[in-house]
Amino acid sequence: MSGGFRTTGGVAHAPSRFVRGLILGVVGLVFVVPFVAMVEFTLRRGLVGGYDLHRWTELFQGGLTGEYKPVLVALGNSVGLALGTVAIILLLLVPTMLLVHIRFRRLRRALEIICILPISIPAIVLVVGLAPVFSVVARLVGSGVWTLAFAYGITVLPFAYRAIQANLDGVDVRTLSEAARTLGAGWGSVLLRVLVPNLRRGILAGAFIAVAVVLGEFTIASLLNRVNLQTALVVVSKNDPYTAVILSLIALLVAFALLMAIGRLGAPRRSRTRRAVTASPPQTATPTLTPTGDRP
Amino acid sequence: MLLFLALPTLIAVGTGFVGTDGAFTLDTVAALTDPVVLAAFGSSIWLSALTAIIGAIVGALVCYALLGAPPAGPLRSTIDSLSSVLAQFGGVMLAFAFVATIGIQGMVTVLLRDTFGFDIYADGVWLYELPGLVLPYIYFQVPLMVITFMPALVSLKTTWAEANATLGGSARSYWLRIALPVLAPSFLGSLLLLFANAFSSYATAAALTSQGSQIVPLQIRSALTSETMLGRENLAGALALGMILVMTVVMIGYSVLQSRAARWQR
Repeated sequence: MSGGFRTTGGVAHAPSRFVRGLILGVVGLVFVVPFVAMVEFTLRRGLVGGYDLHRWTELFQGGLTGEYKPVLVALGNSVGLALGTVAIILLLLVPTMLLVHIRFRRLRRALEIICILPISIPAIVLVVGLAPVFSVVARLVGSGVWTLAFAYGITVLPFAYRAIQANLDGVDVRTLSEAARTLGAGWGSVLLRVLVPNLRRGILAGAFIAVAVVLGEFTIASLLNRVNLQTALVVVSKNDPYTAVILSLIALLVAFALLMAIGRLGAPRRSRTRRAVTASPPQTATPTLTPTGDRP
Repeated sequence: MLLFLALPTLIAVGTGFVGTDGAFTLDTVAALTDPVVLAAFGSSIWLSALTAIIGAIVGALVCYALLGAPPAGPLRSTIDSLSSVLAQFGGVMLAFAFVATIGIQGMVTVLLRDTFGFDIYADGVWLYELPGLVLPYIYFQVPLMVITFMPALVSLKTTWAEANATLGGSARSYWLRIALPVLAPSFLGSLLLLFANAFSSYATAAALTSQGSQIVPLQIRSALTSETMLGRENLAGALALGMILVMTVVMIGYSVLQSRAARWQR
């Protein structure tokens, strides 16, 4: 009953350093076990027992050729798909959002609903309907892996929309474009030289998220029999689990680095927007991968 | 947009109503009452509910621990990124991680067996069956909870705590009478989102179990790829319809709770 009011780091009733350390320590310990196990697994020397680095060195000295060539091809596919998806976002979503924001504000609500909708439709359900669509697409333009980019364009839509919208809310797009128009700029240069530079953080964050989601996608590719990084990893794991685990560790690290970079992108904006537009809540500054944390 | 979102969804739902002869029928939907299908929905819901509850509680604890850490500081940004990786990117790799951890030759399995003489698989290997999915699922549920619940916890206002203290309240009364009621809708909303997340996730289960289909997404897989269920090609559509029904209920509940939660987050 003592201490009706206590602050830590400026937040009322925050846990003390000890309690925080205890909770994070215990949960962190539990969460680190599988990853330690992954590393331990790749260092095993088979039936002889003991540990060494030979699986790692073999994999890299071999330069991922021969047996592991499919993984390289699959990585190429995934990177290509990621670029295709980003292109869809840059060429379709960004102009549409800007147009709706500037000219057709009544459509904003509708656009938001459409963009967020894919969240509530599981990929596994989408795939059931995509299968017939893709059989038609395959007949028209061939069954190249790149056609998946359209499906991925839909699955990343909510994440990209959220990231770009958070930026859009903090920038007075209307005044900017009107000012540029008054100074004699055409719509093309308003878009490319005024709006896009102002929105580059949101657009970059959206693009990074799209890349992370596409590189991690498994459901659609696997059930439509296309090869991407994740499906190739599963195939590799069937006959060489060690290599699959090594590649997974690398992929996880790369994804982590990518998302840390997104965090960095969001961080400096915080101080800038606060100075410019005080109304923007700081939480929207760092776009996360999830659909929620939504604030009206 | 129309071609790749609206059309697939309509086809997915529509094929549930169309028989093999192309005519409208309710037969395939009736297949949803098949005991095997019902059991799959049952275990899907059981698995999702269990992992959502555990994930929500542990995740909320982590959020509480992070309260007071500077939002742009290294601790928060590292945990944010880690959470995003695990919640969204993990999938297949989490399955590998658990094979390495509690697989038959996994690190923890071997450690427990050789050091403590305790065999976690004394009653048979359960990692590749339904109970084996619980642990991997928790590993992406907790991070998702951290991401979704943190904004709600951060938006608790210091002035409320001050008001509580001025009126002679204790820390206990602050948490019980103010923070918990304000946070309840956000917590329940996140819980529903976690449920939806587990219910619709496929990659981890697919990578872990290559045979059998104990949960609905895996049943859709076997319905789509199997060649033995001749004459029931539209079962996948019916299963998808069932999943969409469950998801719709959950997402409506989520948006109702979310709008209640928004009241306190201005």
